[in-house]
Amino acid sequence: MCLAVPMQVLELKENTAVVDMGGTRRAVRLDVIDRPPTVGDYVIVHAGFAIHCIDEEEAKITLQYFEEIFADETSR
Amino acid sequence: MKHLDEYRDPQLAGKLIDKIKALSRRPVRLMEVCGTHTVSIFRSGIRSLLPPSITLLSGPGCPVCVTATEEIDKFIKLGQQKDTIVATFGDLVRVPGSSSSLQKERADGADIRVVYSTFDALDIARRNPSRTVVFLAVGFETTAPTIAAAVKEAKKERIDNFYIIPAHKIIPPAMEALLAGGELAIDGFICPGHVSVIIGADAYRPVADKYHIPCVVAGFEPVDILQTIYMLLSQIEEGKAAVEIQYRRAVNFTGNEKALALLSEVFETCDAPWRGLGTIPDSGLRLRDNYRALDIETKFDLTVPRTQDHPGCSCGDILRGVKTPLDCALYRKVCTPSNPYGPCMVSTEGTCAAYYKYHD
Ligand code: SF4
Repeated sequence: MCLAVPMQVLELKENTAVVDMGGTRRAVRLDVIDRPPTVGDYVIVHAGFAIHCIDEEEAKITLQYFEEIFADETSR
Repeated sequence: MKHLDEYRDPQLAGKLIDKIKALSRRPVRLMEVCGTHTVSIFRSGIRSLLPPSITLLSGPGCPVCVTATEEIDKFIKLGQQKDTIVATFGDLVRVPGSSSSLQKERADGADIRVVYSTFDALDIARRNPSRTVVFLAVGFETTAPTIAAAVKEAKKERIDNFYIIPAHKIIPPAMEALLAGGELAIDGFICPGHVSVIIGADAYRPVADKYHIPCVVAGFEPVDILQTIYMLLSQIEEGKAAVEIQYRRAVNFTGNEKALALLSEVFETCDAPWRGLGTIPDSGLRLRDNYRALDIETKFDLTVPRTQDHPGCSCGDILRGVKTPLDCALYRKVCTPSNPYGPCMVSTEGTCAAYYKYHD
């Protein structure tokens, strides 16, 4: 439940962002994020909400790690 | 950005382990409070790479696991109410209560729906205006603001069939309770990453100051965790007990202001029951007066009889770090992820489930 995965913002709507995780598009809410993201930013997502906007350079690395986890989890 | 390259260096983990080995002189016990760290530590095999002087303990950081049996029993009783839909995150469904589980209730006809987000629960309420929809509000400070957002939206939109049952837990008071118990010697805390995104690292100052225990907020990559261990060891060797942040790309000292404002608009702290730790003062969240009508207990009487856990299950001791799953006679023999006897085997973040998956 607490595995918050960084996802890239593809599109912004009123109070939601469409984010990408390994090719899956997902809408997340922006009610609680620290600062409004722009398209291309990575956000930490928790239970359908973006909770933090993180540095892109850092996000790429974290993302690779989480992608491995994702592959692992879905192949179970 | 400073230190960025280090995170990219594939050899960094090895170098960090060498540094840790060189620094580690006496036995230390470090507790990772967060269940996501527990899984990350097991997955990456960090335990087996560390020198034997360093023991990693898993703490009370799996939200489903620390939910008390009396709360689970209330959820089950809720599922038995007429015209009620229970919306919940997935892991809770299989947690055994005193005599049933949400899963069993569902098999008997209760309407239990797994949702991904609180707003999915709100949608269910919108689509089913004649039924009572209740979200089981379990989780730590990372989850609570998302529930506050849904509560606020429900009130604003007057979705008057939407309720929650508040069962949130706050992490720092539990860390203090562990130390105050005096049963466990801990030399340092690996503090949760995404709880800290919300609350900020300053929230651990009371723990560090009062109990003289170093606290370092960690990210989730193996290198993050190894660096955190190194930072903790350095503090221990120097006799310091400071609050530091390793996970700087996501965490600061003051937290996410917007989320904290939303939290305190909707919730106030209250005493809360924890599995294994008993009732901890100011470690839970209840709705403020302005939102109290959305608490399902204003509508239904959900008092439950004295609870009963499986007598052989040691989840409580495991959550306090005084036992490991290997000390439980049921572990692996009868208690498995497909037939869990306690929540620590149900949740993917549970210590028993992590041992089952990664420990030989
Ligand atoms: S192995 Fe099963 S019975 Fe034993 S402590 Fe863990 S969850 Fe409880």
